[in-house]
Order: sequence, then structure tokens, then C-alpha cells
Amino acid sequence: MPEADTEQTVVETEKLDSSFLRKIMKHPGGEKILVCLQCGVCSSSCPLRLVSPEYNPRKTVKKAILGMKDQVLSNEFVWFCADCNACTERCPQGVNPSEVMKAIKNVAVEEGVAPEAVKKIVANLEEHGRVYPIEEFTKDEREMQDLPSLEPDAKVFKINKKKLLREKN
Amino acid sequence: MSEEEFALFLGCTIPVRGLGYEISTRKVAQELGIKLVDLNFSCCGYPLKSVDVVAAKSMATANLALAESKKLNVLTICNACTGTLTDACVSVNGENPVGEEVRKEVEKQGLSYNGTIWVKHFARYLYEDYSVDKLREHVKVPLKNLRIAIHYGCHYLRPSEIYDEFDDPEHPESVKKIIEALGATVVDYAGRLDCCGGATMTFNQKLGATLAKKKLDNVKKANVDALVLFCPFCSIMYDGHQRFIEDEFNCGPYNIPVLFLTQLIGLALGVDPKELGFDYNKVDVQPLLDKIGKEG
Repeated sequence: MPEADTEQTVVETEKLDSSFLRKIMKHPGGEKILVCLQCGVCSSSCPLRLVSPEYNPRKTVKKAILGMKDQVLSNEFVWFCADCNACTERCPQGVNPSEVMKAIKNVAVEEGVAPEAVKKIVANLEEHGRVYPIEEFTKDEREMQDLPSLEPDAKVFKINKKKLLREKN
Repeated sequence: MSEEEFALFLGCTIPVRGLGYEISTRKVAQELGIKLVDLNFSCCGYPLKSVDVVAAKSMATANLALAESKKLNVLTICNACTGTLTDACVSVNGENPVGEEVRKEVEKQGLSYNGTIWVKHFARYLYEDYSVDKLREHVKVPLKNLRIAIHYGCHYLRPSEIYDEFDDPEHPESVKKIIEALGATVVDYAGRLDCCGGATMTFNQKLGATLAKKKLDNVKKANVDALVLFCPFCSIMYDGHQRFIEDEFNCGPYNIPVLFLTQLIGLALGVDPKELGFDYNKVDVQPLLDKIGKEG
């Protein structure tokens, strides 16, 4: 049995930020957040909710709708979300909770809040077009196995790390 | 367009951290007469979804443009690449504002994608196009003694709205039918559709490992010869991290061999195990090979 959720959420009205909801809705995937009925099928399907009550997609969506920006962005849940889409598959309203999580992360990045792991990946994608640069070890291993050699860079679509991560300098 | 020639989309992880999967895929494709062409694809765009969904879809679409320029449909073997590229096909083909925005981003870099190709996971292709019956005809070593648990992984099935209902997202059968055609018995187990935790692992190792542990516990109870999967991240979680999970949670030992679907198919096709990349499997697969009378 998952641990019961006993958290009492206090809504501090003076801290609500209505622009947070607008920003989420502007991002692809966040458009349908307002049709959420709070039925909770997302949370009952969420593999992280089974581990701990602090990871709760239903509550995250509600807090986002209310404009509780600080609470949503300070909870690491949106980054821990495994994007398994179990919630999206079962949501009766078509809210696409896993897409909402991505929209929230996109807003967080716009505000300059990106985890180090994400920055590293974006840097590799900018430089090589791949998440993992091709090291000598990999080259040797592939040659030994008679696998086709890989070009060091694969820049099919060029990206700009500074621009994407809103980095100042 | 050639019926049996496809662009192979390896993605970032497989050619660096999943060589056993690549080796066995190429071998099986060769045995089945499926020609795979290598193009200089980049990352599918999946990791960019957290940063900027439009950039992610644009990177995916640019890869589709590359395949389209060679008039090749795309076969993927990573679930995340499958989801990202299929979603890009749907976004760009559909009449929606995101598709339009993505089209513009791609055009800015001198590329265009006109929606004339499709993307499918290799397993889906075998099931939907190549056909399970034709696969069965190629079986030389029926895997009669083997009990197999399948891990479908998330993005092979979900969100189902991008996959044209080729399989039931809550009760999938496509890979079960493939494995049954090889002669093996597919065993059901609790939580078979649960996520491996791979994406969580990047940000919180313990939490990601907790998800993987749950599945290993359930698979252990099912008393199978192997857990079979078809995504490199899932393989890292269940094979690569099996020992780590045992140490971290003081549990096990599980000793569950974890095979890529293509390794299992290769065995049934009579390919020498030495040609199926088993050197890269972390958990010993010899107990399974013993059951079919092979040396690893």
C-alpha cells in the first residue's frame, strides 16, 4: 500500500502568481491544464506517487492552476517525473499530465532554473548533436566489433545552449 | 520506396552504451532479409523536451527530413527515440499550431519535412509489417524450454494516441506474439507495464533504482529464464544496475538474465550466441543458453 498523503497544503494568496498558469498554458502540452477535474487517476497511476506522497501529479496540476509557482518549482517532482505517460494514457479529460510536467519544466528553464544534468546534456547536443560524445574507447570497441564507424558530430539540427537555457553570458 | 530497406535510427545511447543491442539487431535484420541503412542522424531530440518542447520536436523533425531526403522509412530500436520521432510525424502532419512552429524552425536551417515517411520500432515493424508468421518460418531453434517475462517499456506503447492503436496500451500483445512465435512461453507478472525509472535515475539515483527494484522483485517471483526488453535505458536499469540495486537495497541476488528482444530472436534463428553481443550483458546469460544447448 502506498503511504497516505497527510500533507496540509496552505494556499498563501499573497504569494500566488497568475502569470505562472498563463506561461504554462502557452507551452505545447500545457494548453489543456484547466479542464482537469482533480479526479486523481494520474496520481493513482503514477509510479513515483507509489513511492512517496510528495510526488503527486494531481496536486502539482492543482497548484499550477492556482498559481502556486514557488511551491511547484521548488518541488523536484517535475524533474523526477519519469515521463512514463501512465497518467496521460488514463486521464479522462485529456489533460496530458506528463505533457503538463514538460510545460512546467519549460517554464522553469525560462526562469533560469535548469538542473546541472540538463545543462550538461544540452551542452553535448550543441557541440556534438549527441547526448554522449564518441570517445576513443567507443571508437575502438565499435571497430573491434565490426560496427560502422560513427561521425564524431551529428548536427542535423543546430541548437544554441545559451539561448535555450537563457544564460546571460 | 524500397519495401525492405530502412534507415536504422540508433539514437545516442545504443551505439555507445548498448552495443549488444546494435550487434544483435543488425544480425537479426540480416538473417530476416531486412536491409538497414546508416545515416548520420543526431539525437532524436527527446532530452530537449524538458528544456523546450518546440526545439525537441524540431530536432526530431530535422532527423525525419534527413531520412525523407533518402526516401527511407525509419526503424528505431530505442523506445524514447520511437516516441519522439513518431510524435514529430504526428505533430508536423497534423493541422496544429505546434506543427507550424516546428516547420518554421526546421526551415530556418534549410531543411524541410513533407510527411512522406513513417517511423516504427523494430518490434512493431516485425509485428505489423514483416509478420509474425513469416518470422516463425525462420525459426531454426524453437525456444521451447524458455519462460520469458516481457518488459514493454513506456514509450513503445504510450501515449497510444500517436501509435495508431497498433497495440493495446493496457494489455499489449505484439511482443508476446513475437516471442511465442519463437517457441518460448511468455509469463505474466505483476507490474509488467511499470516504468523502469531510467529517466528519474538522471536526477535521483535512489528513486530511479527504487522503481527498477520493484520490477526485479516481481520478475523474480515469476520464476523466468529471462526478462526481455527492447529499449537501451530499460536495459541499463535492469541489467546494468541489477548488481547496484542488490547492493543499494541489500536485496537479491536476483540473477535474472536480461536480454534484448533481438538477442532472443537471434537465438531462435539459430545464430551463434557469439554473434549476438552477449559479451556486453552484465548478468550472466549462460544458464539460459545452457537450456537451449548453446555456449556463450
